[in-house]
Amino acid sequence: MEVEVKELTKHFPVYERGVILRRRIGDVHAVDQVSFQIRRNETLGLVGESGSGKTTIAKCMLYLEPPSSGNVFFEGKNITEIFKKAKRTQVLAARRQMQYIFQNPYASLDPRMTVADIIMEPFEVHHHIPRDQWLNRMYELLKMVGLEDYHAERYPHEFSGGQRQRICIARALAVDPKFIAADEPVASLDVSVRAQILNLLQELQQKLGITYLYISHDLSTVRHICHRVAVMYLGKIVEIAETDELFDNPLHPYTVALMSAIPVPDPKQKRHRIILPGEVPSPINPPSGCRFHPRCPRRIDICSKEEPPLIEVRPGHWLACYNPWPPKHVFA
Amino acid sequence: MYTDPILRVEGLRTHFYTFAGVVKAVDGVGLYLNSGETLGLVGESGSGKTVTAQSIMRIVPTPGKIVEGTIEFKGKDLLGLTEAEMRRIRGKEIAYVPQDPTTTLDPVYTVGDQLTEVIMKHQHVSKRYALNKATELLRSVEIADPQIRINQYPHELSGGTKQRIAIARALSCEPSLILADEPTTALDVTIQAQILDLLKALKEKFNIAMVLITHDMGIVADTCDRVTVFYAGQVCETGTAEQVFEKPKHPYTEALLSSVPSLALRKQKLSVIPGNVPNLIQPPSGCRFHPRCSYAKQVCVDKDPELESIEDGRSVHCHRWKELELKSAVAS
Repeated sequence: MEVEVKELTKHFPVYERGVILRRRIGDVHAVDQVSFQIRRNETLGLVGESGSGKTTIAKCMLYLEPPSSGNVFFEGKNITEIFKKAKRTQVLAARRQMQYIFQNPYASLDPRMTVADIIMEPFEVHHHIPRDQWLNRMYELLKMVGLEDYHAERYPHEFSGGQRQRICIARALAVDPKFIAADEPVASLDVSVRAQILNLLQELQQKLGITYLYISHDLSTVRHICHRVAVMYLGKIVEIAETDELFDNPLHPYTVALMSAIPVPDPKQKRHRIILPGEVPSPINPPSGCRFHPRCPRRIDICSKEEPPLIEVRPGHWLACYNPWPPKHVFA
Repeated sequence: MYTDPILRVEGLRTHFYTFAGVVKAVDGVGLYLNSGETLGLVGESGSGKTVTAQSIMRIVPTPGKIVEGTIEFKGKDLLGLTEAEMRRIRGKEIAYVPQDPTTTLDPVYTVGDQLTEVIMKHQHVSKRYALNKATELLRSVEIADPQIRINQYPHELSGGTKQRIAIARALSCEPSLILADEPTTALDVTIQAQILDLLKALKEKFNIAMVLITHDMGIVADTCDRVTVFYAGQVCETGTAEQVFEKPKHPYTEALLSSVPSLALRKQKLSVIPGNVPNLIQPPSGCRFHPRCSYAKQVCVDKDPELESIEDGRSVHCHRWKELELKSAVAS
């Protein structure tokens, strides 16, 4: 088990601005008591709609946001504790293990730095390789992500979206991480370029043995790249299973609705869509019991009273629901 | 009932005169739309889909200019009309649903103001009558509590509701043609499903023809009767959704279809269209797709192919469509 997240919770306080003082009026329950594991060399997909807490989980895992409570273990070590308390050298060592690829490659590259500077900046921070090897390593990284040597002295604005995302990947790889959290790495790219980046991520995983957390709201890319998938709704994981198991046998009403909502590129296949009524409720005052119950087509009495626990219903298939769809329920 | 194509575009060229040079954003586009039909315009960003729609509305932003071509709407040549005549058509006969509802609703006016403005302008009715009509419209796009919503400002509403209001505004004068420019790109999948269903239902109810711009092949297969595939400011091919998805005639369509990750099939590796979308200031010689086309021959480099009409209303923009046996990656 390479990465383990235990009861991770993140609440953001909400303030009301008074005349003199601010008053705390509540919390956004962005992530609530979430636990999961990622195996070595595996890609775990995290799917859900905007505001479901996917990005917050990834940021808390890497301590880019301090979690309100809960811990993250990386190769058995409590990373959250290290980030909180340990010395700078230990923190840097931990940072080298875990890296982040941001959603928007247009915003995550400094427009005033050349590609060479961008990729070598981690060397300057970490000093994990001697200075005389920096250039060689930088060219090596460029090649690894499919860029050419002459790209090194260019600036980010000279590149297309796909190439920029390659630069971001090269920068993340500069410290030889074992774990990368990729936050919607292809959401802002065109379809033909999307395929290139997805293939690159897969190649790098095979070559370097990297573990990924792949965040996306696009279920079709998730099916393509992930080994296991966790489905989130309003700060909670509602279902988690092996990719094929989840896609063939979705049990949670939200997962089923999510899958049925995706348009399939085949005009002959007319599917029965489950249209969820309403919108995702506010995470400031999440609904009681199961957070999905106000929109759920299969809700029963208990759903609004008690929160369903995440239990293993089939081998490797975890579910938090009192009244799931029967297995092999096909929505075609 | 109008029997000829309600909209016919021929040889449309819209160029942007920038400091860097002339960007040939739309270069010889031809398409037609029968009344009551949905035509999908697909292509990557920068392929000229939006500029085509803007040209039809004659709202091309500066420094863009319609250089030549004919746009016939119900037998009238739109390019020959004066601005005053055009203003009577815009919003009344042809309506536009923009991509991002957050930026197209005016933040300082209430929903009611924005809806009644259009109604009063085109139908010369009293404010009270227009407000009643606006409430009706909100009900027809399935917004709950229209009386409350009508007095709210855009920032008080969610993305899905804002898009519904943009649709209501487009419907307000009972247009015969709606141009929907990526109406669901900014929305979550479950909300996207709601909006697509709504558009389909409204289209049927009011017998409106629709041009749906999207880059998502799934949405096209789901909602469109016919499809026009764009590449670098030109049309690659046109046909019914079934024809294009099952028997693509243009190499770009084939490549596009096979680079889409599929929910149903899990492929080992996604096929990739090599290279990037070309620069439209100096587009490639001959056929614009030839540098990325795996079937390109010398003739493709030398000569730009004609947009040829072939059997049953299809047209193809390729020298080699007769000899090529293209396969569809999605046809089951």
